[in-house]
Formats: sequence, C-alpha cells, structure tokens
Amino acid sequence: MTKAINDFSIIIGTKNGSGSSTANNTILRSIFKMGIPVSGKNLFPSNIQGLPTWYTIRVSKDGYLGRREEQDIVITLNPDSFMRDLASVPPGGAFFYADDIKLPISRADIAVYSMPIKKLIKDDANIPGNFRELVGNMIYVGVLAQMIGIDLDAVHAALEFHFKGKQKPIDMNFGAVKAGAEWAKANLEKKDSFYVEPMNKTEGLIMADGNTAAAIGSVFGGAQFVAWYPITPATSIAEGMNEYLPMLRKREDGKHTYAVVQAEDELAAIGMAIGAGWSGLRAMTSTSGPGLSLMTEFVGLAYYAEVPVVIWDVQRIGPSTGLPTRTSQADLSFVAEIGHGDSDSIILLPGDVNECFDFGWQSFDIAERAQAPVFVLSDLDIGMNQWMSRPFEYPKTPMDRGKVLWEKDLEELKGNWGRYLDKDGDAIAYRTLPGNKYPLSSYFTRGTGHDEHAKYTEDSTMFVRNMDRLKRKYETIKKYLPKPILHATKGAEVGILAYGSTEAAINEARVRLERDHDMKTDFLRVRALPLTQEVDEFIAKHDRIYVVEMNRDGQMHQRLTLAHPESAMKLISVAYGDGLPASARWVREGILAKHTNVPVSKSAAKAMPAKKKTSVKQTKTVSKNSRKGVK
Amino acid sequence: MSALPMAGAPAATNTIGLTKHDYRGAPTTLCAGCGHNSISNQIVAAMYELNVLPENVVKFSGIGCSSKSPTYFMNRSFGFNSLHGRMPSIATGALFGDHTLKGIGVSGDGDSASIGMGQFKHVMRRNLNMVYIVENNGVYGLTKGQFSATAEVGLELKRQGVNPYMPIDICMEAIISNATFIARSFAGNAKQVKELVKAAFSHRGIAVLDIISPCVTFNNADSAHHSYAWGRDHEEPLHDLTYIAPREEIMLDKELEEGEVREVTMHDGSIILLKNLDKGYDPTNRFEAVRALEEAQRNNWLITGLIYKAPEKSSLVDSYNLVDTPLNRLTESDLRPTPEMINKVNALMF
Repeated sequence: MTKAINDFSIIIGTKNGSGSSTANNTILRSIFKMGIPVSGKNLFPSNIQGLPTWYTIRVSKDGYLGRREEQDIVITLNPDSFMRDLASVPPGGAFFYADDIKLPISRADIAVYSMPIKKLIKDDANIPGNFRELVGNMIYVGVLAQMIGIDLDAVHAALEFHFKGKQKPIDMNFGAVKAGAEWAKANLEKKDSFYVEPMNKTEGLIMADGNTAAAIGSVFGGAQFVAWYPITPATSIAEGMNEYLPMLRKREDGKHTYAVVQAEDELAAIGMAIGAGWSGLRAMTSTSGPGLSLMTEFVGLAYYAEVPVVIWDVQRIGPSTGLPTRTSQADLSFVAEIGHGDSDSIILLPGDVNECFDFGWQSFDIAERAQAPVFVLSDLDIGMNQWMSRPFEYPKTPMDRGKVLWEKDLEELKGNWGRYLDKDGDAIAYRTLPGNKYPLSSYFTRGTGHDEHAKYTEDSTMFVRNMDRLKRKYETIKKYLPKPILHATKGAEVGILAYGSTEAAINEARVRLERDHDMKTDFLRVRALPLTQEVDEFIAKHDRIYVVEMNRDGQMHQRLTLAHPESAMKLISVAYGDGLPASARWVREGILAKHTNVPVSKSAAKAMPAKKKTSVKQTKTVSKNSRKGVK
Repeated sequence: MSALPMAGAPAATNTIGLTKHDYRGAPTTLCAGCGHNSISNQIVAAMYELNVLPENVVKFSGIGCSSKSPTYFMNRSFGFNSLHGRMPSIATGALFGDHTLKGIGVSGDGDSASIGMGQFKHVMRRNLNMVYIVENNGVYGLTKGQFSATAEVGLELKRQGVNPYMPIDICMEAIISNATFIARSFAGNAKQVKELVKAAFSHRGIAVLDIISPCVTFNNADSAHHSYAWGRDHEEPLHDLTYIAPREEIMLDKELEEGEVREVTMHDGSIILLKNLDKGYDPTNRFEAVRALEEAQRNNWLITGLIYKAPEKSSLVDSYNLVDTPLNRLTESDLRPTPEMINKVNALMF
C-alpha cells in the first residue's frame, strides 16, 4: 500500500453540543504546528444540542485550503449519523468509531477501528465525572494521533494554546490524549495508508477565522461604534469587537474610545450605526441575509442622506431563514440593488481571512470618503471556518476621514458651504458634525428631497441635479476601491471570474484543469462593486469567461451581462448554491460541463470544423482531441 | 440661517447673548391652529430662557406631521429627520458622537405608538439622554385622518367610521419600560408645556413628554379625546408646576403652607416646584404613578404634569465611560492601535 502523506481529509461526526470543537481544533492546531498546511471546516446544524454535526480537516501538502468533497478518514461518535458516516467512507479509507455504538459494519474495503472511548475515560481517575463527556473527545484525538502520526508534543502545544496555559485543563485533556494514543498503540494495527509527516510550510503563518479577522481589522480601522443584533453566522464579528476593542484600545485612564451596543433588532442596529456615522463616528454593524432584509429601509436613507456606515453581511444561504448555518454568495444582487428608488451600492468582497482584516479597516476609509454605506460581503465559510493565512498586516495608509469641516475650516470659508454642494467637482460634498460650535455649521438631515444646502425642496430640477451628483459620486469612488486580483497563466484564453470565498477552490481547480485537461486559465477575482475598468479589460481580453459563484442564479454573471451586453455570449455562468463551501471538484466539473455549449471565438471557429465544437461532457471523458476542439 | 436681529428696537437677549430669533426655525407648514406649532413655540421659549447654546442641541424626528416640526424651531441646531418610527435608533447612535450634546426628539402617536413602538420602548430602557416629545393627536394627519393607536375606542372620524380598538397610553408604556422622566401635558396649556420642556431638558436621561396636541383638521370634534375642547374640559393638572433654574431664587406665594409645596431636584441642580397639591400626588413614587395613570384612564381624565421622575441613574452614553473628548473629535492617534499591537494579535492567531 503506498502511503498517502500529508494529503488527505478527515471528517469527524459528533452530536452538536457535545463539546467536540476543542478536540477538533486540537487536531487542526497540532497538524498546523507540525508545519503541514491544514484547514478546518465546521458543517454544523442550526441547533444547540443533539443534532449531528461534522467537522472536516483537510491536510494538504500543496497548501490547498478549499473544501474537499471526499473524506478519507471518517471518525464517528454519533449513533444517529453512524450508518451515513460509514457509507461515506471511500474504498481504501479509514473508519474510526466509538465502540459503544452497537451497529453492524459490513465494509471489507476499508480499515475499521473501534475506540473504547467510554471505558478509557472511566478508567482515568484524573477526570471528574462531569468532565467525562467533554474530555472524552480527547480520546479520539489520541487514537488518531497515534494512527496517523501526529506528534504528541504538537498536541500538547495546541492544548497549551487553547487553555491559555492553564495547567489543570491542559493536564486533564492531555492525559486523555495520551490514554487514547497508548491504547491505540497497544491494540490497533495500522490498516490504512494515511500519515502525517512534519514539514515547514506553516512557519510564520497564522490560523484564524474571517469574523475574528474582520473584528480585529475594524479595531485597527478605528471603529468607534458598533450596533448589532445576534444572527448566525455574523455574531462572532460583534463578539470579536467586544473582545478586541478593550484589548487593543486600552488607555491608561481606563476610559473608552468606542461603544458597542446590542440593539433590539436589526432595524435599530443599523439605525444606531447610521446615527453614529452621521455624527462622525466610524460606525458599523454586522449581520446576515435576514437581518439585512430588515436593514434595507435605513440603507436607503443613508444612501440618500449620504451617511457613512459599514455593514458586514456574512452570507448564509436564503431565501427566508434558509439554511442558517450554511454558506452562500446569494446576497450579491440584493445588496447591489438594495433600497427602493434609484440606488447604488459600494460592496467589498473579501476572498480570504487576510482580506477580512484589510477590508475591516479600509471599509471605514471608503465609507467616510464616499459618505455612503459600504457593504462587506463575507460568507459563513470565510467567516466561521479556520483558515491558514498570512499574518495580519498593519494598515499601510493613514486613516482617510473624508471631507469634514470643523470650526476653523468654517471660519476660513466664512460659513460659505452647503452640505450637498459639489464644491470640488468630484460629486462628494463637505459635511459638518454635531457638536461643531460654529454658528453656521449645522444642517438638517432628511430622507426627503433636499437642495444643496440641505433644505427641504420638491423642486424637480433640484431633485434631478442631486440624483445625478449621487450617480457621479459612485464613479468617483471607484478609484478608492480594492482592485481585482489577476492570477494569469501564459497563453490562457479561458478566463475565470469569481469573488469571495471560492478563491481557494478555484486556484486548486485551475491546477487540475491545466494538468489534466490542458485548459489554461486566467483568473480574475473581483474585490469590489461598482465594477472597475480592470473587469472590462479582462472580459475584452478573453474568448470565454466562466463566472463562478455560489448561488443558484448566477448573480454576478447577471450583473456582468447587463454591464457588457456585447460580451453576453462569452460570459458563462457556473453557479450552484447548496450551502456547502466551494470545492475544487465542483469548480472543475462545473466549468468542464459548460465547456460543451460555448460559442467558439472567431479565431477558433475559423480553425476548427464545426462538428468538433461540442465534445466535452464529463471530466473523465475529456480526451486530448476534444480539449483542443474547444479552443 | 444667520442670526439677524429684528429691525427697530434692539432685541432682548438671554444670558449667553442670544435673541429669541436665534432659537427660531423655518416658518411652519403645518395647519393653522395645529397644536404642534404651539409646542414648537414653547420649545423656542424654553431654550431661550434656559440660555442653551443651540449648537449643543441635536434635534431628531421620525415621519409624520409632528416629525416635521423640528424644522420649525432652533435652526442653529443640527437635526435629523429620520424614518417612520426609527427616531430612537438614529438618536441613540448620534448622541454617542458627542456626549456633551443633548437630544430633543419630536415624534407623534403614529410614529411612536405604532410603527415605532419597539424602538420607543427600548430607548426608554436604555435611558438615552434626550427629551422625547410625543405630539399626540390620535390621528395620522399627513395621510389624511386615519386612527392612530392612541385614539380612544369608539372615536368616530369622517371616512374612517368608528375606532374598534383600545388605545395605547404613551405614559403607561413609558413607565413600564423603565423611563426615568415622564410627563403629560396639553398643547392648550402653553405655560405648563414650557415648564415641562425645561424640566425635561434638565433631566439626565430619557424624558418623555406626552403632549396632547389637537389636530384641527382631522380630529378636533368637541367629544374627541384629543381635541382642544375636550382638553380644556377634562384636564386635571396634578399640580401647578414651575421650573427653577440652578441658582435661581425660589419665590413662594405667601399663602402657601407647608406640605402644599413639593420640590423635585434635578440632575443639574434645578428644581421643579410643584404647587397646589390637593391630590397629594408624589411624582417620585413609581407605584403611585402607575396608579394615577390607571385611574385617569378609567375616568377619562386628562391628567397633566410631572407623572414620574426616577432617582438619578446614569444615562446610556454616561454608562459607557467614554473619554472626555467627544468621540467625533478623536483622531487616528486615539483610534488606531500601534504597530506593535499587530504582532500581539498575530501571536494569538493559531
């Protein structure tokens, strides 16, 4: 049997609420500590206790962090998911289970290991009765460590980190790990091929989830006001603010430069954030689809009254309550068009944990510069899962507080200013903030029609002039937005355009597409709306552009075809939304499946006889000829 | 916008050198005789007499006739006419911007008792530092005369028929939501409105003024509970109320005897002097306040005056222990952690 070293996946099935997350994180951290690229994804139910939940760990020597659909090692502690878990083990895979589950196993094509978790934990005199279930999870950590070769020192380091150096829980948990490992050493015979071996590929890297990164990034952005309402999967942003604001913005006098308010609902959360943004604070809220639906009314006010505010939408899959604990990119159209009447939206699209951090601080600069709501569309996969990442990088640019006039500015202007007056010709007017003591500093903000001095008006010409300026403002702001990122391949004719958390899966798929299907691709990852010139250029440059996204309708694809009707035929949607994080296989097969009915570019049409155009059906049936046929 | 004195004789000024004109707003566009206009005038008078710098006040409103009125007073103050029923959340965020500012919010019965009931009650329990005026007329004026949630059951209105629902009592809702200052008044009783606005402004925390403010166009029949006639005939003042600014001398009528006067001391040292206490009403007793509201409801009395004043309690913004400099004047050096902190954070990410 050839060894599979540092390249496989593990899935652990437990009952929700049984406290397995510490154990799973310990496995993840131990492997990371051994220098092996690794990622962890929680596939959890919308439930507090009792329903089956799974945690997947992907070990990838090549550094692929996207979800892998096949799981080589399956561990189950849950009788309710036992049969499903057992059936999911691929031939040649390994299956670990708690031996108190008395169910038949009829698989000769896999390695089966039973683990006497309850017995071992009972035998351990150091574990008090009420800790048995929690610490019991550490037994499977020990068994797995022994069987695949996880270094116990790395496990210890992981526990030290988790328990912040508190000796008692470290000892108790490590005791259980050792008990599991020793038992496995004495009683189990290795029958599978999966091993970990130390590497040096994680040095200098961190492991974090996007919501924590967003919170910390926001703190470095000078966040001053957070109003929020609990909702999965966005809650941990606000909770992260509660954790990191006091830590990172501690002052000697013990006073605070920020406030976090848990509101009564999302209507109030966004209202408070807009009130704070209006009064000059770096204000934000965090929510997910259903909450954003409630915020819509206020967003329209902020658009029209021109109030800066940052809104994090950690997307989960809708419509309605949908699958609250599953990921999605299906809020794009909604957010891009949010609000009644004509509107525009600034949307940032972080693709990984580092960008959650970066957009955490940049979003405030953009919001204050634009005097407008800025949305950051993250998703559950980036937001709540653990990603190996580069360390967070200190903001490179000073804060941009936008156009604000204080007393001395107004004295110089002799009070000659108008809140909505386009003095600089860039469609962004100057604002003043409450508390300004200059007698002509104030203005009256409203969501009703207003003139350049913020006075109520129903004058049609004035209305149109203001709306036209707003439109121009969204042109101005393009230069302040994060540019798309291009991953180019020499000689590529096929383009892939995507955004957000699909990046890891797409980059992995591109390697396979080139290696196995001779398909060279350029990949443009869009990082903001409104779309910028780079996107136009990318579309113009490629014969076919696959627009890959995690929603049913191909929402980015729809926007692109609207913006580029002349290119509609070469923009091809690869869209799918089932709530699971994107996998490289899905990306690859999705692209290959669409490769059949693609209009062929003029140059290729000339070169190729028409009948050979449609040839690719499935991954496995792609031949050298057919691949050439579509080029 | 600018504070031009009226032509002719030099205008009188208050102790900070401002004329009454400095507290005025744009000309009203509400109906002639609307109770809301008289309330706006009393706000102007109260702020002038309290010597408040207009720049230290932020005006808020929701949507409706009442919510238009912040345009009609204190032009020199910042203002935010927000969304229907959402004034409390806008005010909550805005007042964190500068903790030295005081909010004056004007809402209506539609804005606060229906669409905004949730936010109304939550801003009470948070004790935001603002005067929250409900100009209460029992109808939706801007949409031409539908029943509001404070309209009495059985009220008959043109084109609406008879109101089948029980009314919501603003003061009762405020008190059960733990509001810290609650008063009711009647737009026809200008002096009381003015004194209550002053008292409410001196309160550190949420101060609710439920002011019956007749809608002359849609709900002013003599039998309607929100009409001028009804108010005049059914008003039952709990007391005569005089606001005494800090350091101002208290002048008592000679004929008043001990026990007939009650003083309620405010956060800033000002005093609300309550006279003619034939009902023996104690506005610092919450239990008593609920009883009085219940009794008034049963007997169709329009009780007015200071209904409840809680013991001193920190206001929302005060409870956050903010730096002395207003938050909206902090700069990058106050707000962005140092570069060393990024290493500290990265060390935690494993």
